[in-house]
Amino acid sequence: MFAYILRRLLYTIPVIWGVVTVVFILMAVVPGDPARIMMGQRGDPETLERIRSDLGLDLPIHRQYLRFMQEIIKGDLGTSYRTNQEVSEALIERFPATFKLAFWAMIFASVTGVAAGMLSAVKQYSLFDYSAMFIAIAGVSAPVFWVGLILLFIFAYTLNIVPGVGYGDGQLIYLLLPVITLGVRPAALIARLTRSCMLEVLNQDYIRTARAKGLAEKTVIIKHAFKNALIPVVTIIGTQLSALLSGAVLTETIFAWPGIGRLAVEALVARDFPMIRGTVIFMALIFLVANLVVDLSYGFIDPRVRYS
Amino acid sequence: MNTEKKISLKSQHGNLWFEAWLRFKRNRLAMLGLIMVFSVILVAISAPYLAPYEPSRQLIWTEGKAAKLASPSSAHWMGTDLYGRDIMSRIIFGSRISLQIGIFATLVSLIVGVPLGALAGYMPGWVDDTISWLINVVFAFPFILFVLAVVAVFKNPSMVVIYLAIGLVTWVQIARVVRGQFISLREREFVEAARALGLPTWRIIFVHILPNAIAPVIVQATLGMGSIIMIEAGLAFLGFGAQPPTPSWGLMISIGQKYLATGHWWWAIFPGLAIMYTVLAFNFLGDGLRDALDVRLKR
Repeated sequence: MFAYILRRLLYTIPVIWGVVTVVFILMAVVPGDPARIMMGQRGDPETLERIRSDLGLDLPIHRQYLRFMQEIIKGDLGTSYRTNQEVSEALIERFPATFKLAFWAMIFASVTGVAAGMLSAVKQYSLFDYSAMFIAIAGVSAPVFWVGLILLFIFAYTLNIVPGVGYGDGQLIYLLLPVITLGVRPAALIARLTRSCMLEVLNQDYIRTARAKGLAEKTVIIKHAFKNALIPVVTIIGTQLSALLSGAVLTETIFAWPGIGRLAVEALVARDFPMIRGTVIFMALIFLVANLVVDLSYGFIDPRVRYS
Repeated sequence: MNTEKKISLKSQHGNLWFEAWLRFKRNRLAMLGLIMVFSVILVAISAPYLAPYEPSRQLIWTEGKAAKLASPSSAHWMGTDLYGRDIMSRIIFGSRISLQIGIFATLVSLIVGVPLGALAGYMPGWVDDTISWLINVVFAFPFILFVLAVVAVFKNPSMVVIYLAIGLVTWVQIARVVRGQFISLREREFVEAARALGLPTWRIIFVHILPNAIAPVIVQATLGMGSIIMIEAGLAFLGFGAQPPTPSWGLMISIGQKYLATGHWWWAIFPGLAIMYTVLAFNFLGDGLRDALDVRLKR
């Protein structure tokens, strides 16, 4: 187990190096002069020169790369050209909002998805089953940002029962619509998967044995079937992490949510290169760390998993 | 003798596809998906005949203020936008943009993903390690952010840049599937036989193994069409995809959302339904193909 964790950690290092290098290449192939692009027509020659030397653009490409890597290792991601704030500082400032959003979205998705999937399986071919699966299929195919806009239109603009966009002072009510928006897709996938796993488990011999023993149907379902149907559900959380972070970019934009995703879009609109670099690298790091945690947690959930 | 053998093998090969089609036909959702995909293609092809108005014609010049943000009516089934453009006509023409992006970006992802996945799966050791590393690196980026970053470095991204950017991200899904197939096929007898005959590696990969690995690629590419159309919509929504006045669905939602708060819901809602219909179509078709071709894929 320990050896597995260590190997998994060691394997992450070249991937991080790859991520950083890809981002460097991306920013290095920008056609034209980045300094000019950032400043637009405002820049006088002196400012442009300063930006070029700040970014190291006057150096040959391999020296630029080495400098970039050295700075990254020191945790220095440069300074934003839009706000003059340190990129790393902005990332730390914005991260809690994204974490809060993604965390609650996943909780929402797991609870509603598992509940709907279980009920669908137990009452297969019922009206509930058909409507739940219809909603689930629609939820997988609807664009995240569009779902968010519909929720806003119904609950904030028409019924006026929740505040519109924004973060407020961090009250939970502001969290409601963004969490549902981001959680719909994983909830739909989890519901479909829980249903099919549950149906499969219910056909197993040990369930028949449990029923034959005369156990109450409730006990059979909750104690015997549910636990075993849950394993694949945990797996899907891992596969949905990337989609969740992509979804966060769109959700945060719609709801003016002060997280990393919105920070990235703002930086992209302003062509704020140090900030674009920083947000992209940071998002990839979050994904890698979260993925690692999910991978390692399989062993705790499913004792059959052996790390070799 | 040799040709005879070839013919008999070929007809058997044909039978497998025929059997898959029989299985596919029995699956109602799959057939529904096929019909839905065909309907989108048909709409895209016959857009000029189907659309009641020209997609970019601003009716406020001819019909006056009444044509501005008109709610759905018999004259405009899905209403009009701020400039008096007929939303249904724009959605009909928008199908061309979505399909175009879907097809070309999928082509890019196949051109990159199939050979790289095949090489990784066929050649264990440093080739596999390098390609797998690259796949893991690309997978680490949130897809939409990566595409955004690629598109944003260009000042005025053309549609070609958008196809390339999306294809350069989504190839990893294709490559993963192909790699997995090649790993399970490379030790099979027919491959060993081909190696024993001394055939060149490229021939073994492309002529002998690839045809046997094609079914999961078809399934993945079909399911991928849906997610590519969704990525493009997100891109356009954020203002980095198709530019006005292109009737792109994502762009229509992006501009129309500003009028939701004032109750003009139709501008942003109908294009979303179109995206959902199209994505649903490819998902049904992809799921149906997976069942019919008996492919096991991780999603």
